[in-house]
Parts: sequence; C-alpha cells; structure tokens
Amino acid sequence: MSTVAAAHDDHDHHHAPTGLKRWLFSTNHKDIGTLYLWFSFAMFLAGGFMAMIIRAELIEPGMQFVDPEFFNQMTTVHGLTMVFGAVMPGFVGLANWMIPLMIGAPDMALPRMNNWSFWILPFAFAILLSSVLLSAFGHGNPSAPNFGWTFYAPLSTKYGPASTDLFILSVHMMGISSIMGAINVIVTVFNLRAPGMTLMKMPLFVWTWLITAFLLIAVMPVLAGAVTMMLTDRHFGTSFFDAAGGGDPVLFQHVFWFFGHPEVYIMILPAFGIVSAIIPTFARKQLFGYASMVYATASIALLSFVVWAHHMFTVGMPLAGTLFFMYMTMLISVPTGVKVFNWVATMWRGSMTFELPMKWAITFVILFTCGGLSGLMLAITPVDFQYHDTYFVVAHFHYVLVSGAVFTMFAAAYYWLPKWSGVMPSKVLGELHFWNSLISVNLLFFPMHFVGLAGMPRRYADYALQFADYNFWISIGGFWFGLSQLFFLAVCLQCALKKGEKAEAKPWDGAEGLEWEVPSPAPFHTFDTPPVVK
Amino acid sequence: MSNDDLQARNARTLKKLLIWAVAMFGFAFAMVPFYNVICDITGLNGKTSNTAATQSPETVVEDRVVTVEFITQNGAGVNGSFYAKTHRVRVHPGEITLVNFYASNPKDHDIITQSIPSITPGQAARYLHKTQCFCFDQQTLTAGEMKEMPMIFYLDPELPKHITTLTLSYTMFDVTERVTGTDNKSDTVVR
Repeated sequence: MSTVAAAHDDHDHHHAPTGLKRWLFSTNHKDIGTLYLWFSFAMFLAGGFMAMIIRAELIEPGMQFVDPEFFNQMTTVHGLTMVFGAVMPGFVGLANWMIPLMIGAPDMALPRMNNWSFWILPFAFAILLSSVLLSAFGHGNPSAPNFGWTFYAPLSTKYGPASTDLFILSVHMMGISSIMGAINVIVTVFNLRAPGMTLMKMPLFVWTWLITAFLLIAVMPVLAGAVTMMLTDRHFGTSFFDAAGGGDPVLFQHVFWFFGHPEVYIMILPAFGIVSAIIPTFARKQLFGYASMVYATASIALLSFVVWAHHMFTVGMPLAGTLFFMYMTMLISVPTGVKVFNWVATMWRGSMTFELPMKWAITFVILFTCGGLSGLMLAITPVDFQYHDTYFVVAHFHYVLVSGAVFTMFAAAYYWLPKWSGVMPSKVLGELHFWNSLISVNLLFFPMHFVGLAGMPRRYADYALQFADYNFWISIGGFWFGLSQLFFLAVCLQCALKKGEKAEAKPWDGAEGLEWEVPSPAPFHTFDTPPVVK
Repeated sequence: MSNDDLQARNARTLKKLLIWAVAMFGFAFAMVPFYNVICDITGLNGKTSNTAATQSPETVVEDRVVTVEFITQNGAGVNGSFYAKTHRVRVHPGEITLVNFYASNPKDHDIITQSIPSITPGQAARYLHKTQCFCFDQQTLTAGEMKEMPMIFYLDPELPKHITTLTLSYTMFDVTERVTGTDNKSDTVVR
C-alpha cells in the first residue's frame, strides 16, 4: 500500500482506467459520487415523468389518459423511484463527494465496497422499472406493482401482481446498497478524519450524514425483513400477514413504519446539514449554535424510532397508544424548531447576499417549515382521522420532500458544482430554474392542502366534481414544475462539458471548510497527505 | 498511523456495523412474537383467545347488561353463506350464552375452513371467554353441506365499565390448500 501511495506522489497523473472502465471499476470517491448524482437525477426525471402521467389523468374529473389499474402502478412506482432512486442516492452521492473533502480524507474508507454499493443500484432499478415497461408495452400488459409505495399487506401479498416478486428483489438490492453506503460513511468518518479534526469540529453535513448512516443501518434491515416476510407469505406458506393462517395484516404496518419513519429522517437529515453549510457562507457569519445543531439532529434521530404508529392512528389502537405516539410526534418539533431557529439566527444581522445556493437554502427553510407545520396538524390524533389518506397528507410530505429534500439537493449542486466541475453554474439558467421551480412547486402542492381538507382521498384515478378547479391548477403546477427541471439539466450538462466561467478554488467568499482548500475542479486525488486542522 | 493499522481498524469497524445490520434484520422477525405478546396483553388487534376457557364464571352481574353483536364475513375462497343465527344478544357479565353459527359449502368438493375472530373494541378481547368455539379448530365442510357451529361464551365480570357494546366479527377462510398442500389456485387467487 505504501509503495502505491509513494508512486502517486511521484507522478502527476493517476493510473485509473479511462473510458467506460473508469466508471465501471471506479473506486474513487469523486467518480462514484458523480455516478450517484447522475443516477439520482435520471431517477428524478423518470419518477417525475410518472408524476406527469398522474397529473395528466387528474387534470379533469373522469378518466382520460390511463385506466385506473395503470394509475395505481404509476403512484406506486413514482413513490418508490423518488424515495429509493432519487432522494436517497442523491444524498449518498453528495456524501461520497463531500465527506472525504470535508474531513481531509484521501478517499472513502472502503472504496471497493463503494463501487459495489453504487453499481447494485442501476440493476435494482432496471428490475423495478422493467415491470412498468412490461405493463405499458408488454404482451397482455402484466401489472406492475400497484399497491402504493407503502405496499401494505395483504394488498401486496395475497392480492399483489406477479411483478411483486420483482419489486421484492429490487428492494432487497436497494437495501443492500444503502447499508453498504452507510457503513462506508461511518467507517470513513470514524477512522479517516485528518489530524485535529475532532468530532465536534466536523462540518454539520458530515455530522448529519453520520447520524443518517446509523439510521440506515438500523432500519434498512427491517425493511429487508418486511419484504422477506412478504416473499415467504407469497410463496412459502408462511402467514406473517395472512389472517387465515393466524397472522395479522396490521403487523405489516408496524414493521413497515418502524422502518418508514426513520426513513423519512434519512431523507431530510442530510438536507439539514447542507443548509447549515450554505446559510453561514452567504450570511458571512458562523453558524449559530453548532453544538445545539448536533444534539438536535441526534434527538430527532432517536425520536424517529418511537413515533411510527402516527402513520396508522386509524387502525384502531388503545387510547394510551395513540396518546403516546401523538405526544412523541409533537416532541419532534422541539429539536426541529431549534434547527429552524438556528438558521434564522445565523442570518440575523448577517451580511447576506442571495446567490443561487442561498436562494434555494432560504426557500428550504420557509417551505420545509410549512411542511413541518402540516405535519404537526397530522400528529393530532383526532384530526388525523379526518386528514388520514387525503391529499392533505400528500401536500404535507411533498412539502417536506420536494421543497425540503430535493430543494436542498439543488442548493448543494449550485453550491458545490464549481468544486466538482471547475466552472460556475450558469446564472441565467440557474435563476430561471429557481424562480420557475419556486412558483410552480407552490402552485402544485399548496392547493392540495385545500382539497385534502375538503376530503379528496389520495391514490384514486378520479375525484368528485367539486375538486375539479383546484386539480386543474395543481396539474398545471405539476407540468410547470416538471418542465422547470430541464433548466437544471441544462445547468448540469454545461458544467459537465466545462462550459462557463472558470471557478476559483473558493468561489464563495464567505465559505469555510477544507473542501475549499483544494483547487477547482477538485483533482482526482486530494489530501494524500492529510491537512492539519487547527 | 501506518496503512496496515488503518486497514485493521477499518475492518474492525466494518465488522461491528455488519453485525448490527444483521441483528436488525433479525429484529424485524423478532417483532412478530413481540407484537403477538403485546396484542395478548392489550388486545391491540382484537383477537380473542384461541383456547377454551376452563373456569366457569363465579358470579353473574345481574344489574349490568352488555350488548354483543355478531358479524360474519367470507374470506378469500369462501363463497357459501356464513352467518350467526342471532345477530345481537343482550347478556349480563358472567352469564353463559350459546350462539349458533351456520356455514354452507355450495361447492362440489369438501373444503377446510378456519374462522378468525376479531373483537371491537380491542380492549374487550381479554374479557370475552369462550368455552366452546368453532374457531378453535379447522372445520371441514363437505360438498353441499350446511353446518351448524356452536359458540359458547361469557363476559368477564371485570369488563371495563365504559364498554357497553361489543362487536365480535368472524371471517371464514378456505385453508384447504394450506392444510392439504394441494394447489387449487382457482379457489384462492383473487385478482
């Protein structure tokens, strides 16, 4: 090993393979990060395309473009693709790129595993999405998974289509990929920090990812357990979820949401870390309350294990149970409130400028808080009986996931693209992307609150006439938001082709952190000699 | 720190995390018995006991009347009629009551059925004692048979005061395939 390292020091060029092999066999954290990010973007567009089909069908009452069977498959696979294909790999890609740079490590600790954890993903999604292609174009149109992304039993066991088995296999593969990615992050953060980089000096993005990684290792195996039980129920005569054999379908919901709620935080904690990096940069102030941010993140992670049943208040729980889960859920707003307060306090009397990353970050703070507040409403058991499974829930989780998680990934991309590509992202296209997305995302999701409160149920291909006007505008917002993302595609392509203003090593003058000490674009190998952190 | 040290350290951390991941996979399965125990204690899923009560009630609370309703449903693969002779009885806690259920099998072959009870509110599950129930065992319905199936129960005098009405639901499933191992798809696959 040491001789290899010495050889690297002697030569300017690395000996990595070129062409396709560079990407297939890559063990370099930057290349793998790039692969993850492009993959995530591709899945975002694929999942978005399915959302367009959903919105096209719902633009007016009655059936127009697809039959209800296919509509159900669209809502299911849209959810799965966005959660497991767009948001999670997107954050893993950012972790791959930024964590070694932020803690002064030469690479991820387990580079070969890193390669494997990425390359499982395209196959997992090829399996899942093939079921959709077969459903749309195949002989006899065999159904793709059609039971919602939460795949409740017995809908997914006894009544699931044959493609449920493809779904089970692909979820297993996604799980293995996530677990390996998480292990890699933890080992890297624990063992590869530069001298002097103590845990409480780490950038918050690293902290939030470390905590996220622990959540992933804790709950992805539970998801694997749930789909394994489905598989044996379907084919091997067990009855975990089959009442006829002594099982209980409600058990499925408990197992699923024991995974599902921490999963929600897996998708948002890294976003907190990104915003905590961007706001201080453009407010030109230190982050307010660093230590409280770390503790708040850890508290949110711990609380995420004791709130799962708030997703299933209506299954019929004893009063004491619903009260427990209601209060625990409301408790989460305390550490989350600490975070929002800290971000606002960081901006308070700062020398703020509003470059693109900052615009996205501030939008995140405001819109995520909106989503958080509707979450608090949903936490109240008696009113949840009214809101349960309506568009109010859809509005809530899209506010926290789209204008929450996805918007911070845009923020992160505009913030770090100069470092990744060596060129500044196009301001014109970036502004177009931002303003179009900001307006359309609210047109898309805000009216969903109203139709939800008025009682429009989610997951149906049709609705009562009274919801027609709102749904028309929601669909317009949806198409507008979808098309706006093409600006971002253009931004990314320009950067990938190195077209644009050349970026300095530190393009944002208020930025702090080790990642700005390496040149832009970041060379293939960085921090072969660890930097010393004072 | 030399490279070898680092590799050993990485391997150690990796091993610990892998063990944790495998343990959490096991935890998912451990949730099954854990859930069942919680349900037994709290009646979370409204399942009544699977075994016959052996004690008879000590007292009959004459000054309290509780309504017990019976509803029945056909589960997957059952297409005969399945119903309780009485849909509603008014009983004193501690009073032993018999209710007859009927199930028919219009098919041209025998089926083995299993009925699964569920009670609402779930809290009452612990207080409903059955001394005899067709749901304790699998019932074979021969081709064309109409079968009378008795259920004898009493309510525990300890039944919480606020519960005035109980709904006991039975869902009858065809478990022929499960029991005999035959692959009789047409009966069980519902699409």
